[in-house]
Amino acid sequence: MTERITRQDVAHVADLARLSLTDDELDAFTVQLADILDHAADLDALDLADVSPTAHPLPLVNVFRDDVIGPTSDRDEVLAAAPSVEDSQFKVPPVLGEGL
Amino acid sequence: MSARHLAEAVRSGARSARSVLDEHLDAISAREPEIHAFNVVLTEEATAAADEIDRRVAAGEDPGPLAGVPVAVKDNMCTRGIPTTCSSRILEGWIPPYDATVVERLAAAGAVMVGKTNLDEFAMGSSTENSAFGVTRNPLDTTKVPGGSSGGSAAAVAAGFVPLSLGSDTGGSIRQPAALCGVVGVKPTYGAVSRYGLVAFASSLDQIGPFARTVSDAALLLEVISGHDPLDSTSIPEAPADLTSVLDRGVEGMRIGIIEELSGDVLEGIAGDVRARLGEAAAALEAAGATVETTSVPSTVYGLSAYYVIAPAEASSNLARYDGVRFGLRVDAATSGEMHSATRTAGFGDEVKRRIMLGTYALSAGYYDAYYGKSQKVRTLIVDDFARAYGRYDLLLSPTSPTTAFSLGEKTADPMTMYLTDVCTIPSNLAGHPSMSVPFGVGDDGMPVGVQVLAPAMGEPAMFRAAAVLEAAAPPGAAA
Amino acid sequence: MSGSAPEIVPGWETVIGLEVHAELATVTKMFSGAPNRFGGEPNTNIDPVSLGLPGTLPVLNGRAVELAIRVGLALNCTVQRSVFARKNYFYPDMPKDFQISQFDLPINGEGWLELADGRRIGIERAHLEEDTGKSTHVGGGGRIHEAGHSLVDYNRAGVPLIEIVGRPDLRGTEDARAYVSELRSILVAIGASDGKMEEGSMRVDCNVSVRPVGQVELGTRCEVKNINSLRSLGRAIEYESRRQVDLLTAGERIEQQTRHWNEDEGRTHKLRSKEEAFDYRYFPEPDLMPVEPSEEWIAEIRAALPLLPRERRHRLAEAAGVETSATSLTVDRGLDDLAMATIHLGADAGRVLVHLENNLADGVGLLTAESFAALIALETGGDLTATQAKTVLASLVAEGGDPAAIASAKGFEAMDSGELEAIVDRIIAEHPDDWAALIAGDDKERKKKSGFFVGEAMKATRGQADGRAVNELLARRSAG
Repeated sequence: MTERITRQDVAHVADLARLSLTDDELDAFTVQLADILDHAADLDALDLADVSPTAHPLPLVNVFRDDVIGPTSDRDEVLAAAPSVEDSQFKVPPVLGEGL
Repeated sequence: MSARHLAEAVRSGARSARSVLDEHLDAISAREPEIHAFNVVLTEEATAAADEIDRRVAAGEDPGPLAGVPVAVKDNMCTRGIPTTCSSRILEGWIPPYDATVVERLAAAGAVMVGKTNLDEFAMGSSTENSAFGVTRNPLDTTKVPGGSSGGSAAAVAAGFVPLSLGSDTGGSIRQPAALCGVVGVKPTYGAVSRYGLVAFASSLDQIGPFARTVSDAALLLEVISGHDPLDSTSIPEAPADLTSVLDRGVEGMRIGIIEELSGDVLEGIAGDVRARLGEAAAALEAAGATVETTSVPSTVYGLSAYYVIAPAEASSNLARYDGVRFGLRVDAATSGEMHSATRTAGFGDEVKRRIMLGTYALSAGYYDAYYGKSQKVRTLIVDDFARAYGRYDLLLSPTSPTTAFSLGEKTADPMTMYLTDVCTIPSNLAGHPSMSVPFGVGDDGMPVGVQVLAPAMGEPAMFRAAAVLEAAAPPGAAA
Repeated sequence: MSGSAPEIVPGWETVIGLEVHAELATVTKMFSGAPNRFGGEPNTNIDPVSLGLPGTLPVLNGRAVELAIRVGLALNCTVQRSVFARKNYFYPDMPKDFQISQFDLPINGEGWLELADGRRIGIERAHLEEDTGKSTHVGGGGRIHEAGHSLVDYNRAGVPLIEIVGRPDLRGTEDARAYVSELRSILVAIGASDGKMEEGSMRVDCNVSVRPVGQVELGTRCEVKNINSLRSLGRAIEYESRRQVDLLTAGERIEQQTRHWNEDEGRTHKLRSKEEAFDYRYFPEPDLMPVEPSEEWIAEIRAALPLLPRERRHRLAEAAGVETSATSLTVDRGLDDLAMATIHLGADAGRVLVHLENNLADGVGLLTAESFAALIALETGGDLTATQAKTVLASLVAEGGDPAAIASAKGFEAMDSGELEAIVDRIIAEHPDDWAALIAGDDKERKKKSGFFVGEAMKATRGQADGRAVNELLARRSAG
């Protein structure tokens, strides 16, 4: 059996998904994910070269809304749901690095 | 008493909504501690809503087709001012500032929401054992699972807590628990019911649908919640077909195919008693004038593999927003990045983590084509195979679940075993087609068996006609 | 491309490709009805969708699509079927922790933009995406890598953006600035964006590489972010070019990086290397349907497009019989419509452009094409001198009116030709040595002496003589 997913892969994926795993969890998840991916190996036998992908079951296109202002949220209600708030903004620990 | 009769009684003034509610609250008090169908029972809100219905009836108004009917809503649909948890620690205490479209439609139809039901965390599971707030038990045998992920909604109907409930179905999460609890469960055509306010698991597969004790009640509830919603881009623009008026039209002249691959000849693990009931169901349809034969829909056997790539891939993205910034749980840390990880690690259960990682892997650089890309192509094969089959048949038939309800804890150690319970229900989700589970007798263990009726997109009227025939012909079910 | 661009470091060519993000001038956000409005109290232009609350769904703003198509047509792009994709990465100012963007199927494919000098710069694509919120670092001296915390405002989250990805066809700071200016003029002209860099509604990321002059192969590029003005764009390009040349001349290699421009320090610093680049795990956005603009819709949008700056330059150049580059100042000032109208009324095109460029920099006030044309007719007909015409023009700008009447009120009487001849003859008689020198002298001397006689004639007429008429008289007398 080829190695479908390694322990390093799982650690990398956990990092991408912002999850921290203990060593034991890493071991367990590696076995389980490999098992699931092994099951998906039945697809390897299919000849899919000429098959186009289906991303969505609905054939709709051009679903638009009008550029008209709708109701906005009550700021106090929204901020009340936040774990931490300061100056009417969402407060978070310092951000390292850059986004976009 | 059926929902239809309750609503008629309330609308005519023969019964008060309050008395209907109290009766159901009594049933909940009696067995809820044992079953745990609900994350929250909304006694006060429901009482106020029932009193309002009664006031309106007294004032000569018509509160709507579900006047005074108690309903339960799966706890992954947003309810303004009422906690919506998805049975996850990460959303514990979150109170949505808006209502899901289906919740608004229930209220507009006069229904009385009595509670939010338990589910596998974020609808990921097939037994409702993945809830952060404890398992739900099957009302017919409390050592057994109710199925999942909408186990709470199925159990609430099966236990008589409510005549109607809403679930969501991504790979079988309405139909499989319906089968295991001996009730009717419907996954509508993708786009028939608005997803606005349904906390997303896998957006291209998720659909909200009804649970009921009768086919007619399921049709009634589906009619109430169906219809175009401008807040959901994937909502079908056309008006939904009328269901209740066609229910008694029978199946005379219909062509119905039993899917060979999902009925035991190809896949292992379809239990003998389930196969036997399916055969009897086919005979009943034939007796009612349909032509029934076995047919091949070959790529359905690949549905499970494709599903366990596509659904986790979409979920890995849908569940990114639980980051401790705007709502829900936060576990503090020195930086935002560390805070995200600490929060998500503490807030998600193992099954959710497993699927997030699986989906992240399937989409990650270097693996996309091998997993996600390939699965999308398999989805095409399934769509095409169904299209061919529906060229020959009006409806298709299969078991809903390979077995009757299994025991609590039986499949929790091995995720793959649990996933295999969805093998018959997944293909409809991948194709976006409607299908429903109708109770049809019991298995060797005395637990209910469900038969799945599958239809092409927008094929609900024919599907419900066949379901009504099966319901009428079904051998006695299990008693709660 | 022309090899004449100035070298920042002698012997080295700087190659630049720009990615410009422009906020589209819609009333509401890209996927919900929250207002698209600059400024305002933090977290006031928000709704459940733009906050990415669980259960919410995006619905595409048709106006944003229309504006994106306008941009595509104005940039000569192929407008095509497009699909939205999710770009997945965690960042606190991104509500869903993914950005809805377009990946392999952008709404606008290949196109080009023409600079004022006629060179065409390639456009790779121009796609739609949503903006993020804004996080502000607080405490720790305002530095992102020091202690403290960040505050997030989601007012900007979900504002529609068009990202215009240019080809590496630019060769220096002037090129880069000219490209951005032209792009901004186009966006403003077609009403797609207000193009305000200072408010962040137009943002520029800059890909820079260097290569020895004459080398064909491109060098390794670095992407510079956080450029907030045309001035910083030039500074960043110069800094980055020198940094890369220094590395190469020191025998080192350029690492492909994303770098951050620090305006205060006047330098770039490394954010991440290519290896550390995010794995965005793009996949088709399942909550949105593809956009397939019909031929009719595209034609309709094209027909409604105003004249583009490029078309205005070509139009005026043709009408005035000059190079397009000679028209760019007039077009940039928005005075080309006046120029065209004035030329169509028969005015001398050269005089029209001279006045517009030199004498109307502060605006045209009450000047009309009719009064402008009448003024130029007086000027070219010899009734007004250039100096007088300028004075009358200023009056037309300030108060309007009839140029002849204004000239007359100011005492700018056109001089009778017999009267002017008499004055010129008298001056010749009074300065026989100068006249002899003019007749005998070479071209240079003749010019010098002519200038002397014109000056004397002006003195004698208190500026009312037409310089050209005096010159003609002098030529006739000297030839005779």
